[in-house]
Amino acid sequence: MIPLSWYLFLSAALFSVGVFGVLARRNAVAILLAIELMLNAVNINLVAFWRYLTPTQMSGQVFAIIVLAVAAAEVAVGLALVISVYRRRQTAVADELDLLKW
Amino acid sequence: MTLAQIFFLLVALVMLFSALKVVTVRNLIHAALWLVVTLFGVAVLFAMLDAGFLAVVQVMVYIGAIAILFIFAVMLTRRDASEQGAPLNPNWPVSALIALVTFGGLAWLLRAWQGLPESAAALPAGVDALRALGEALVSPQAFALPFEVASVLLVAALVGAVYVAYGRK
Amino acid sequence: MTTETILWLIPLPPLLAFFLIVLLTNRSRGLSHSVAIGAAFLSWLGSMVVFVRALGVHELGRHPFAQSVPWLPTADTWLKIGVYLDPLSAAVLFFVAWTILMIFIYSVGYHNYGQSEGDHDVKGLPPHGATVTDAHGHKHKVPSVEPMYSRFFAFISLFAFGMYLLVVSDNLLTLFVGWEIMGLCSYLLIGFWYGKPSARDAAIKAFMTTRIGDVFMLLGIAFLYSATGSLSFDVIFSEKVLHTLASVPTPILGLSAAGLISLLLFIGTVGKSAQWPLHVWLPDAMEGPTPVSAMIHAATMVSAGVYAVIRMFPLLHLDAGTMSIVAFIGAFTALFAATIAVAQNDIKRVLAYSTISQLGYMIAAAGIGAYVAAAFHLITHAFFKALLFLGSGSVIHGMEHGVLHTGEHIDPQNMFNMGGLRKKMPITFWTFLIGGFALAGFPVLTAGFWSKDEILADAFAHGHLGVFVTLAVAAFLTAFYTMRQITLTFLGEPRTKAAEHAQETPWTMTLPLIVLSIFAIGYGWVGIPEHFPLLGGLLPNWFHEFVGSTLSEVPEVAPFNWTPLLTSLLVSLGGLGLGWWVYRGVRTPAEDKFQIPLLKNKWYFDEAYQFLFVRPSYWFAEKVVYLVLDKGLIDGLLHAIGHSAAVIGTTLRTYIDKAIINETIGDGTAHVIKSTGSGLRPIQSGRLQQYMVASLLVFILITGLLYYFLVLA
Repeated sequence: MIPLSWYLFLSAALFSVGVFGVLARRNAVAILLAIELMLNAVNINLVAFWRYLTPTQMSGQVFAIIVLAVAAAEVAVGLALVISVYRRRQTAVADELDLLKW
Repeated sequence: MTLAQIFFLLVALVMLFSALKVVTVRNLIHAALWLVVTLFGVAVLFAMLDAGFLAVVQVMVYIGAIAILFIFAVMLTRRDASEQGAPLNPNWPVSALIALVTFGGLAWLLRAWQGLPESAAALPAGVDALRALGEALVSPQAFALPFEVASVLLVAALVGAVYVAYGRK
Repeated sequence: MTTETILWLIPLPPLLAFFLIVLLTNRSRGLSHSVAIGAAFLSWLGSMVVFVRALGVHELGRHPFAQSVPWLPTADTWLKIGVYLDPLSAAVLFFVAWTILMIFIYSVGYHNYGQSEGDHDVKGLPPHGATVTDAHGHKHKVPSVEPMYSRFFAFISLFAFGMYLLVVSDNLLTLFVGWEIMGLCSYLLIGFWYGKPSARDAAIKAFMTTRIGDVFMLLGIAFLYSATGSLSFDVIFSEKVLHTLASVPTPILGLSAAGLISLLLFIGTVGKSAQWPLHVWLPDAMEGPTPVSAMIHAATMVSAGVYAVIRMFPLLHLDAGTMSIVAFIGAFTALFAATIAVAQNDIKRVLAYSTISQLGYMIAAAGIGAYVAAAFHLITHAFFKALLFLGSGSVIHGMEHGVLHTGEHIDPQNMFNMGGLRKKMPITFWTFLIGGFALAGFPVLTAGFWSKDEILADAFAHGHLGVFVTLAVAAFLTAFYTMRQITLTFLGEPRTKAAEHAQETPWTMTLPLIVLSIFAIGYGWVGIPEHFPLLGGLLPNWFHEFVGSTLSEVPEVAPFNWTPLLTSLLVSLGGLGLGWWVYRGVRTPAEDKFQIPLLKNKWYFDEAYQFLFVRPSYWFAEKVVYLVLDKGLIDGLLHAIGHSAAVIGTTLRTYIDKAIINETIGDGTAHVIKSTGSGLRPIQSGRLQQYMVASLLVFILITGLLYYFLVLA
């Protein structure tokens, strides 16, 4: 059988890759892609813990589903923002969106 | 090394490779497609963890809907999506460092964590996991309220998304 | 539903309609008037149900419908509010419901619903008319729809709420609330066309003048509350409380507490019901749209004043001194206003003065103790005066149509521009004729005859000869100016082109006229005295029994006497005949022999008030308050303070502020901050990912430190 820790290591690795993506990608859409990686890493954790520790209670899976819903919401809003910004400023590059400076 | 373990390692390798591709590849369409591969790997993991329903949902929702949404978004912001320009910003070495430290910290914590089971507990016999999941989602004693809250959130987010993305004259 | 529940609910629909129109439906004219009329209909329905149920109760006066809830805690008691229905309020509710509903329906037509918007209409001015092109390509000027149509319905709905609230109240407090709501609404509605300076002034005048009365009324209420600890009618009018109030003397004018309180409350009525000397606002209030005139001057507000007097009658009749004041003011106003009405040329102003005069009748009747007759006249007057106002509105509307059609520049309200309208506007003519004859007290047929006759009979029977003669002369004048009005407006030949082209108004306006004219005739028949020759006893004197049972002892019906009857026959027929005879051939104001300057100028009351009150106030404000107090004293003081402060300030500035604080502390600090700022500036790149990198680095650092110190060390 596969030890639980393997899943956890994989999930940690996936999460870290996501962190890297969020911090380092220039394009805003790519940043959202990386966020998806992080969310999926969390989901793997949730389901793995459910399977190995409490298979009789459905909490893990339920949380995974809720994370799924939140992820969908996040993607919708995020992409809408990107498109809206793109329409106004003709760019989706995060570095060029420096209005926060003011 | 059992067969299952070998399979797991293969899947993990594919996933990590494609995930790295997602965050490094220049063409965003390719990045989205690599994300599909990664997400498919996650679905495989769900299946291995006896969460068949989630695996199917993962394929349908993530790969079927969210990934396609990304591809649309990429096409709508076409000008910067394609080949010109670097894929990463000048800060990327620092970012890589942070990612490594994150992974290192997590791994170190996991190393130090005693008592993680080596193998999964047997699934209780005679229980339909899918049915239990369904009941948990709609039962007022379990997760009906959070579930509904999540759906309200989703609706609100979608309405907001339509509003934000709507092109005003 | 129980009767009490319905009573609670009666005032609510108009209030809801007000909020609905203001908040939601004000963009749609049709929806707004539907809401308002629907609400008026619901209240009407409730009132009718309540009225019919009240008829079925034996001795309603002793067992009124009443229900109250504690509202405000006051030390050890509660201020209670509630609903109350005795025969008086039932009868009042009846006419209020009918007239309000009719006025609401009438307003739809009056404001030209369904017509196109005007060419140059702006909010705050009456509509000027629109140009439409018919099927043959001809352009016509037609009346245009009111620009603030929805707002009008919102206001009159609130007004109706105030009146209903006043009628169903079981205490003076909510009565006063309804009273004041109507005061506000009359201000808003008289000044409805706020673009006209005259309307603006009239609104302020009405508000200020009634305010004088209201302040006294509030004083009266406060005195009553401090004396009895309650404002509910059933408590104030109980034997014990009345007895106590009558026996407590006050230092003012030698009146008893009861007399003083009722005098104060009566001053409120003087303001609201436009009695001399606070009558000046009512004629000016004709600046509002005509349905408003009908609403204020017939159906609701001025009636509310008389209603309050009749309601307070148990208290009022305790003190003979107050009673004579009331009787004097009523009789004087009746005669005085009637003389002015003779010389007015504006069709609505004649009615305005006749309203003041008729209200004087009621007040005089209450003052001589004939409160049933007062209530009877209140109700018949409400019906025929609403009819007359709406009829005059219909005439003006028809005239405006003619004016727009011919393009003449004449005043559509001046009676000398009319004439011969009976052929052009037959429904308006006949209903107006009925209303006018009721006002003049045309014998037997009309309601006005019976109610006026009852007042005269009571005055005669109780030996108030002065009041009797005054009222009889006033009645003669009333018949005279009414016939003058009818003759000038409807009879003869048209005096202007506009009058030739006048047109009958739409059904929304004529229907209320017809309904009200039925009441203007029929309502008198419920109050025929039993001993009247020939007719007496055919119909029971239902009104007297019903309303008379409001008080514990039913006032006896005045014994029949030929003198008042002959007098009222003589004055009414004589006045009508003389009016027709004098004015049948008059074509211009110059031929009118009664245009006496004194009457024409309303006995110079406006000028006198201007001289006595308004100008002195201005003078006082300008010369004393502004020049002496404000400029001399207060400004001088302020200048002195300001000057010394300036001296101190200059010293501080030169020696402390500039030298020490500015140059050392201020600039020094600023320099440090500036250099620090430019050092830190590159961090604020505005780039999201850079911020995230920074915050994550700090996060990792802190986590590491915490881990090191808390776990390892």
